[in-house]
Amino acid sequence: MLLVDKRKGAVEGSATWALSDRIGLVICWALGLLFCAIAVAIVVYLFVKGISYLDLSMLTTPASAGFSQAESGGFSDALLGTLIVAVMAISLALPAGVATAIWLVEYGRPAALARITESTIEAIAGIPSIVLALFGTVIFSNTALGFLSRTSEGVVFGRSFFAASAMLSLVALPLVVASTREGLNSIPRHVREASYAVGKTKAATVRRILLPTSRPQVATGAMLGLGRIIGDTAIIIVLLGATQNFAPVEEASFPFNYLRGAGTTLTNFVYEASPTGNLNQPEKAYAAAFVLLLMVLALNAAVDLVHRRARKVGTWSH
Amino acid sequence: MNEEFQPEYGPKWSDQRVERMLGALVCGVVGLLLAMIVTVFVRAWPSFSHNGLAWFGPGGNVDDQLNAIFLSGQAGTEYVYTFHAWPLIWSTLLITGGSVLIALFSALFVAVFVVEFAPEWMSNILQPVVRFLASVPSVIYGLLGVLVLVPFIGNHLVSEGQKASVAGVISLSGYSLLAAIVVLTTMIAPLMVSIFTDGLRSVKPGWLEGSLALGVNRWRTTWKIGVRSARPAIVAGTVLATARAIGEAVMLAMISGSVGFAPNPADGLIFIYEPSRPLAPTIVKNIDQLSSPPANATLFAIAAVLLFSAALFSLTGYMARRSMRKYGTA
Repeated sequence: MLLVDKRKGAVEGSATWALSDRIGLVICWALGLLFCAIAVAIVVYLFVKGISYLDLSMLTTPASAGFSQAESGGFSDALLGTLIVAVMAISLALPAGVATAIWLVEYGRPAALARITESTIEAIAGIPSIVLALFGTVIFSNTALGFLSRTSEGVVFGRSFFAASAMLSLVALPLVVASTREGLNSIPRHVREASYAVGKTKAATVRRILLPTSRPQVATGAMLGLGRIIGDTAIIIVLLGATQNFAPVEEASFPFNYLRGAGTTLTNFVYEASPTGNLNQPEKAYAAAFVLLLMVLALNAAVDLVHRRARKVGTWSH
Repeated sequence: MNEEFQPEYGPKWSDQRVERMLGALVCGVVGLLLAMIVTVFVRAWPSFSHNGLAWFGPGGNVDDQLNAIFLSGQAGTEYVYTFHAWPLIWSTLLITGGSVLIALFSALFVAVFVVEFAPEWMSNILQPVVRFLASVPSVIYGLLGVLVLVPFIGNHLVSEGQKASVAGVISLSGYSLLAAIVVLTTMIAPLMVSIFTDGLRSVKPGWLEGSLALGVNRWRTTWKIGVRSARPAIVAGTVLATARAIGEAVMLAMISGSVGFAPNPADGLIFIYEPSRPLAPTIVKNIDQLSSPPANATLFAIAAVLLFSAALFSLTGYMARRSMRKYGTA
């Protein structure tokens, strides 16, 4: 709603405004600068703390029991755990989310089901992740799903990389759906009609025309989803187990022994290593938080890159 | 057969089949949500049915009650379900309400600033800043809160006299409502800003130009026309942020103080320094008690309350947006 084109410099100054309006503008500036200050403070503080406490050996040594922060190893298991969870969860959420979005935009019949689906996706976005986690404990301690986690004497442990990833994919799902829908909706009707006119089926149009065109939005959705997945802690605490090391299951073969076992991620490590957690090693918590922050920054940069590329390619509207 | 010409998308990928496959998947997602709602409420039922409406009321020490519930399940004798969640609910209301109000105020100003009043270089800085703040994991906010903000409040803001005045009741160490509200506001305000800016950007230019043409200055045009027409987006953003705030578990478990205590505003300003524990962090803190059946039911009851309030918020937001459809922005 740009009132005036700021680049042309023809902006009505605030000099003629009433005092109350000018005070409002001052509040705007103050809050805007406060936001910047908070962001800078977070980044600078974590960089300083992270670089001073992060030892590269921490990235390669697993956590171990010890009396001091020097003895208790690093967080390689947590780092690997974050990567495993991210890959598994997004590889569930991405196809499901894209498929849901395609159905909603391209098919969407019966209309009642489409409306229900829309509200479902919205509802999933609003569900606290701790509730998802509790629901996960019910699903995955079911004996029928015992093959997804540790089982001993008929009792299913219900905590594993499978369980955590499945629930985390629900956290990412609404973001993927929303972003993909936006992409599909921005493709004008005549593009589809042109494709049908040359004899392509609807399915082929989706596969060959619509999905490739909305790739930037799908990628954005996936990366936003990834950000939420690697940042989530509640589901990890509940469904991945309260351990700082991989706890592979003996009876399964690689890699399923690890995936069925309990583990940890960076978020869980930060939580446990903070003063309120069980480990209380603030220096390592800072180091792990720094690594986590770097991942988030990288994801943000990637989203920016995709956006800029997509803008360069241009849109359909001309 | 294999050598014959086959269209790229033969019968295997016919339209009907693809539509049915996608439809089945969508039904699966809907079914999963329904299953979740049903499961949570069924699991929660014993706790609600034993306590009735007193579940939501005050009475006794919540932490002792939770402990008794857990132990009765371990012992396997008669299960105890007595649970009065008021301190937890009150803490949720205070923390969520406080931070949503502050966040709404500041997000509105920042969104207006970004869209309309900031010079171009400033809005080019602010937009990535907002996106960054929205994507910082909650556990990092929690860590910074616990290692920076909480000690600061405990050492500098709370005076010794204040600590002594409530020494018999609760210890003021910096884990407080104030810390929780400050950090939670920082977490949810960026979410609001990004939705508000989208809403403000899609206000019809003609409406604003009409106001400007009547000689109303830019500031008042933006607030009287722009912000008012963007109300559906403001409701949507507020609802999303509130849902986020209510469900925030880990960060609040780290800095809210984790005591089942209901801060009393009647005590004067000191109540913002008092620790408490909202509903969601209670689940995180007691998660290893899931194996005890009555504790399991109690935790699911808390989850059911969270789920219900999340649903209530989406519904309110939906209704509010419906009634404002005439403004034409989502």
